[in-house]
Amino acid sequence: MFSGLTNRRTLGFCIVFFILLLFLPLFLPRFYIYLLALIFVTGLLATSLNLVLGFGGMYQFHHAVFYGVGAYAFALFSKKTGLSPWLGYILAPAIAALVGMVMGLITVRLSKLYFGMLQLSLGSLVWAIVFRWYSFTGGDDGIHGISVPDMISSTTGSYYFTLIVTTVCLILMYMIVNSPFGRTFQGIRDNPERTEAVGVDVKRHQLAGLVIASAFAGVAGSLFATVEECAFPDLLFWTLSLELIIMCLLGGWFIFMGPMLGSAIIVILRTFVGIYTEYWTLILGIVLMLLILFLPEGVLGYFQEKFSKSKNAALVEN
Amino acid sequence: MEFASNITIAAIFQQVLVGLSRTTILFIVASGLSLVLGVLRIPNVAHGSLYMIGAFLAYTIATLFGGGTAGFWLALIIAPLGVALISFIAERGLFCHLYEREHLMLLLFTFSFTLVFGDLVKLVWGSDYRSLSAPVFMQGSFSIFDLPFPRYNLFLLVIGPLVALGLWFLTNKTKIGKIARAAAVDREMVGAVGINVSRVFAAVFVIGCFLAGLGGALVAPTQNITQGMDHAIIIEAFLIVIIGGLGNMWGALLGALIFGLTDSMGILLWPQFAIVFPYIAVIIVLLFRPKGLLKSTW
Repeated sequence: MFSGLTNRRTLGFCIVFFILLLFLPLFLPRFYIYLLALIFVTGLLATSLNLVLGFGGMYQFHHAVFYGVGAYAFALFSKKTGLSPWLGYILAPAIAALVGMVMGLITVRLSKLYFGMLQLSLGSLVWAIVFRWYSFTGGDDGIHGISVPDMISSTTGSYYFTLIVTTVCLILMYMIVNSPFGRTFQGIRDNPERTEAVGVDVKRHQLAGLVIASAFAGVAGSLFATVEECAFPDLLFWTLSLELIIMCLLGGWFIFMGPMLGSAIIVILRTFVGIYTEYWTLILGIVLMLLILFLPEGVLGYFQEKFSKSKNAALVEN
Repeated sequence: MEFASNITIAAIFQQVLVGLSRTTILFIVASGLSLVLGVLRIPNVAHGSLYMIGAFLAYTIATLFGGGTAGFWLALIIAPLGVALISFIAERGLFCHLYEREHLMLLLFTFSFTLVFGDLVKLVWGSDYRSLSAPVFMQGSFSIFDLPFPRYNLFLLVIGPLVALGLWFLTNKTKIGKIARAAAVDREMVGAVGINVSRVFAAVFVIGCFLAGLGGALVAPTQNITQGMDHAIIIEAFLIVIIGGLGNMWGALLGALIFGLTDSMGILLWPQFAIVFPYIAVIIVLLFRPKGLLKSTW
């Protein structure tokens, strides 16, 4: 499944692509730089969700909570304490991971739809608290004017910062997926009973997976707060969580870079369709419908399948 | 923070009544969701959208008929039927091809309907608030222990048990109800004895969605009819179904009671964080009974 990504050509392609991204701010107008930064943030978030959803087979229905918690942790830290905002980038994933662990301890006992629903209810509880706690979180107004370190406060600065952090996080997640832990995790997805039978503590692995995924979502949250310089309760609302699942599905959730592609498509579509019509979610709904009906493996999955089929056909002919 | 400063027996009694009328709405919506979830195994996220459409339709119909008492009753009957018609088209057109897909796909598919319906409602009704007034004889309130209680809520307290009774009759005493219960347990076996399962599923789906529309039409006079009421109700309805036991009608009633009463008691105890209480109740229930309080059909 990953042979396509580990081979030299793909690696070379990734490096070239990364260098291209490094030089883009020299040519592109500011708006596109901002848009790209937003794509990195969303892509990182969707990839972190896919760690548990695609590679762990866990119905994580409310991943946006950790994103929001990360954003709020960063925002509150820089607003309420006088300490260096850089520390916020460490604090955000730590808090998100902590919330993820508390929720995970309660939810991992269940599986599939029940697990997802309990995640949803716990996440909604966190949302409700953030939404109502005016004195601390600003309630439905959220937090504005977050102070970001000077070095990365400009559009270009935040672009480079998100690019580098996202790249590092992607590499880390890729290593996790391909580590013995990641392999076991995928084993649990494919056959939990058998994995349990060979002596793996399934629940503990699932909990660890949840905590790791929430930590990366927390990083994405802090990046969002950096790019937008605000945090608001909608970041924790359940509809965003389902949109994230759409992104994973759109790109293909059995492929590591699938969610990245999916979120790029969604963010670009939303931005440009949003210019022409206020009925963006109508378009998104129709896209999702068509996707489930015709492309259940996702865009990247579809091309990978087509590609490997034509390759096999060529082999047969020879 | 005005924590627990105004609790008297009268206030508690009043809040119980308010909670019970909230329970009625929640039960009607959640029982429809539970029916679809139990028999068809579809986690229908669009159920909330149908509830919202029911409320907007009720507003339009009542306005069309002059907004009087007759308009209200007609709205109460026609709006759920309109919602049922929409769901019938959606089921025969799209859902019936997807029954074999896994739950996650079905959930996302119904979510796509939520997105589409949300924008369609915005397209048809605009993004303004709408309000529907109850018939004259149900307006105003009467006093219980010197505290006001809206007459309309009393009407809800009557409707709730009626709907529960109707559903009990439907699932236990009619042929389609019995077939549906059998199909919930083993759909292949029901098909094997020569029953057209697909048609039964369509009927159950439409009945479930009718209940969503009915809930929407009933709630219309008690609150503003707005965009976003779909998002709020659907999470509550799902949680109710989960804590009650998937597909269990009485579970939906029990869950709705827990949800409605903790919510109204929360308003009394700590108004600012009232919405937190039902969620905490759900978590406590699920900690001890992970599969819900009553037996699930799954």
